[in-house]
Amino acid sequence: MTAATIDIDIETTGRPNPVDTVRQTLSMAWRQMVRIKHNPFELVDLSLSPIMFLLLFVYVFGGQMAGSTSDYLQYVLGGLIAQNAIFLTMYTGTGINADLRKGVYDRFRSLPIARSAPLAGKIFADMFKQVWSIVIMLGLGLLMGFELRSVAGAVLAAVVLVFFALAISWVSVLMGVVADSEEKVQIYAFVIIMPLTFTSSAFVDINTMPGFMQAWAKVNPVTHLADVMRGLLSNGPIASPLMWTAVWAAAILVVTAPVAMAAYKRKMV
Amino acid sequence: MSQDNAIETEGLTKRFGDLVAVDNVDLTARTGSVLGVLGPNGAGKTTIVRMLATLSQPTAGTASVGGHDIVHDAARVRSLIGLTGQFAGVDELLTGEENLLFIGRLLGVPRRAARERARELLAQFDLSDAGDKAAKAYSGGMRRRLDLAASLVGRPKILFLDEPTTGLDPRARGELWDLVRTLVADGTTVLLTTQYLEEADQLADDIVVIDRGKVIATGTPNQLKSKIGGQTLRIQPEDPAQLETVSGLVAARFPELDPLVEAGAITIGVNDDGVMPSLAADLRERGITLTDFHLGLSSLDEVFLTLTGHRAETDDETDPTETEPEVSQ
Repeated sequence: MTAATIDIDIETTGRPNPVDTVRQTLSMAWRQMVRIKHNPFELVDLSLSPIMFLLLFVYVFGGQMAGSTSDYLQYVLGGLIAQNAIFLTMYTGTGINADLRKGVYDRFRSLPIARSAPLAGKIFADMFKQVWSIVIMLGLGLLMGFELRSVAGAVLAAVVLVFFALAISWVSVLMGVVADSEEKVQIYAFVIIMPLTFTSSAFVDINTMPGFMQAWAKVNPVTHLADVMRGLLSNGPIASPLMWTAVWAAAILVVTAPVAMAAYKRKMV
Repeated sequence: MSQDNAIETEGLTKRFGDLVAVDNVDLTARTGSVLGVLGPNGAGKTTIVRMLATLSQPTAGTASVGGHDIVHDAARVRSLIGLTGQFAGVDELLTGEENLLFIGRLLGVPRRAARERARELLAQFDLSDAGDKAAKAYSGGMRRRLDLAASLVGRPKILFLDEPTTGLDPRARGELWDLVRTLVADGTTVLLTTQYLEEADQLADDIVVIDRGKVIATGTPNQLKSKIGGQTLRIQPEDPAQLETVSGLVAARFPELDPLVEAGAITIGVNDDGVMPSLAADLRERGITLTDFHLGLSSLDEVFLTLTGHRAETDDETDPTETEPEVSQ
């Protein structure tokens, strides 16, 4: 080897401390961001479906749903943002599933870093995609004539969305860790997310649903999230749906995060 | 555990369900030496490396790396080792420099030092010109070099190289060998797995031969060669159609030898000086013309053949348990 000009001594005496864990998580997130920098098409890719949904829902269903497309836009944008955020969390699972099969995870496992850092870094970086998506959808909505309640409302909506997404990402992580292929993660996610988001207030007034469906739609977390988005971006109550969204997020986090983490640690050993 | 040994295992065993991938393996790598773990695909080499590099835990037995137990002191082990696996552990979307910078940052090296270290390694591995290109654009040899560089960011004292040259062309292989020699000269202990006997012969100070999860021989390359008497007789008839006649003749005269018929020639491991003249007389009597008839010192290939009864290099088939031991965990 050439003369050692850079002194590096990483010999540690034990497990990484919390400060190191945070730093390693940020390094992992940095890697994800650099990946996006080199493959910006990924952002285009994840913008396509929300743009399509927004255009189709408003200009195809809008007239019949609310009498006018502009009224429906005012109603549905919050719901579509909520639905899209939930769909986006799927990519956390598929990404982890793909990464776990590659040699790069073997390298992570052999490094003196916190076992949780690769996972936490991935979840953290995916929040950037959440913010990106809400910006895209809100931007397009404004072009289509959406009347934003306030900029502060939009910022708050993004914050709520990120927190909710952080919690439900764990469901996706769990699927990503246990599924034996990326395609299976997508199928699981589709089968859960599609009915979950449609049986909510995201697209329609739940009072028009039959009784049994209403009963479910009233407790569906997507209803609460869609209502918060609607309240913050357009108009409607905020406090009650926000509280229920927080309760759901906490409940999902408490149940799935430990299970997902245990399954993940079994893979990481 | 002796301080002279960087790696020591005792009765190391790994089972995947009914499959015993690694069976009671004892091996030792002296500090500063190269230990070659030699064996065919599916022999359990990768599983051994994965356990020693703390990626998976043994079912039974113990092992220490750098004096630390691989199960109870895994974090300490990780701070001492570097791993270059069979599958490149680099991020294909990142550039060569970003890959090395990323590992440095993960290890807590300050940004500026991490960048300097990355550039230093790129230069050392002849990758400076490709440092700002995405790793997916690299050739196979470049990718392996980058992978090796990535495992060296933290200056590991003990390096695991799991089939570092599998799939590389001879030139790229030679370049990688030179890099390994430089590291060893610098004091790094290397555990190298390979299915190429020449590779073990070229690089290793000591060799452990593994077959079906078990150690079947240990020693220096020269000891292994002399272990079986060390001589090989190669007979190649001019007319390939006469191969069978010749092998029949050998079998009739020396039933204790086990002739191998391959690539138009017959190879026999021999200890007895009388074999060659008596076979020569027989062949002349039958009027068989030969293009090759010589006695040579056994290559490791023949050593392996003698020890296991089958050839070592089976390039095309890959045993799934060898590459991805994720079955029923």
